[in-house]
Amino acid sequence: MAPKLEPMVGRYLRTDIDGVAHRLYFEEAGEGIPLVCLHTAGADNRQYRHLLADAEITKRFRVLAFDMPWHGKSTPPDGWERGEYRLTTQSYTAAIRAFCRAMELDRPVVMGCSIGGRIVLNLAIEHAREFRALIALEAADFQQPWYDTSWLHRPDVHGGEICAALVSGLIAPHSPPVNRHETLWMYMQGGPGVFKGDLYFYRVDGDLREKVKKIDTRACPLYLLTGEYDFSCTPDDTLRTAQQIPGADVQVMKEVGHFPMSENPAKFREYILPVLARIAG
Amino acid sequence: MTAADRFAHLPDLLAADIDLLRRGRWLSVDCRVDIGSEPFFLSIRDGALSAFERGARLMRSTAFAFRASDEAWTGYWKRLPEPGWHDLFALSKRGLASIDGDLRPFLQNLQYFKDLLALPRKEA
Repeated sequence: MAPKLEPMVGRYLRTDIDGVAHRLYFEEAGEGIPLVCLHTAGADNRQYRHLLADAEITKRFRVLAFDMPWHGKSTPPDGWERGEYRLTTQSYTAAIRAFCRAMELDRPVVMGCSIGGRIVLNLAIEHAREFRALIALEAADFQQPWYDTSWLHRPDVHGGEICAALVSGLIAPHSPPVNRHETLWMYMQGGPGVFKGDLYFYRVDGDLREKVKKIDTRACPLYLLTGEYDFSCTPDDTLRTAQQIPGADVQVMKEVGHFPMSENPAKFREYILPVLARIAG
Repeated sequence: MTAADRFAHLPDLLAADIDLLRRGRWLSVDCRVDIGSEPFFLSIRDGALSAFERGARLMRSTAFAFRASDEAWTGYWKRLPEPGWHDLFALSKRGLASIDGDLRPFLQNLQYFKDLLALPRKEA
């Protein structure tokens, strides 16, 4: 019997980000319009495995999902042991643009979730003309914190288990248990302090209030989709953000939480397929 | 049945949950859970309830206390809770619940406590 192989292929990309050598892991599947997918804080590209295996999507899109530096199978840069990881608006934007440039992608679509959604807003603010369309999942210009991130990286609390336990409440109760626990498993596998370092961008450095008013959706269409069970980036946070951006397309997804693509792939498909169809034209 | 009456079933619900007992096997702590105006004192030993007392106790010391209104618990214990009522931190972010004391045992065993305090959903 032939082996049951999934369609995505994983490779490592050598590229510099802000002059520092990096080795980035990515997976891709499909042909056509490049669609670059950004995972959530403290996670990795496995969150997009259902999208990468969806023939309805990959027949028109070349789907690429890379692990951010420090995440998944992308190693941290040499010398990582001498400092504390902190993601910033500048470093996150640079990593995405470096990946797109090194892969020679022609005006890709970028879709990001959570911190990935927030940085998509920054791409719309600063680099809209480089992209065909932008999709921000669970995104807002700012949202109120709901816990103290200092608990995420200390020797008396298991980092993986507390990260997963905290975000478990962001998953909708309707999501299939198998998908819920796979999503949490990824959170249990993050490197020490990486989720916390990502949240530096989310909580401290990446406040986009006022800046989102500069977004010109005529230069690049912007789609915002947020799950109704996301109490971190609430639907109200996303709607407030969208109200400041003329032409932004906004949807609240029913029975979905903060991880639509991994917590309930079938439900997410109902929302994302029409968006991708509009982009493909 | 009041929310506190429902919470009073906790010892039986926990005793029947072999998986939760397994996951809590490293945990021993005394804590307090307020269901509206009614306090409950939980003595947890190796993940199981060694004592479970309902009502005020003078000068009782606990590591931490988790408090929420009757309305918050009732919403939290629906079989499929509404958005914003479905997680302890969704409640606390919205000002419907609070936690104080030594948060370390709570956060070291966070998924255990989330699941423990959600057990009344099984009777919804």
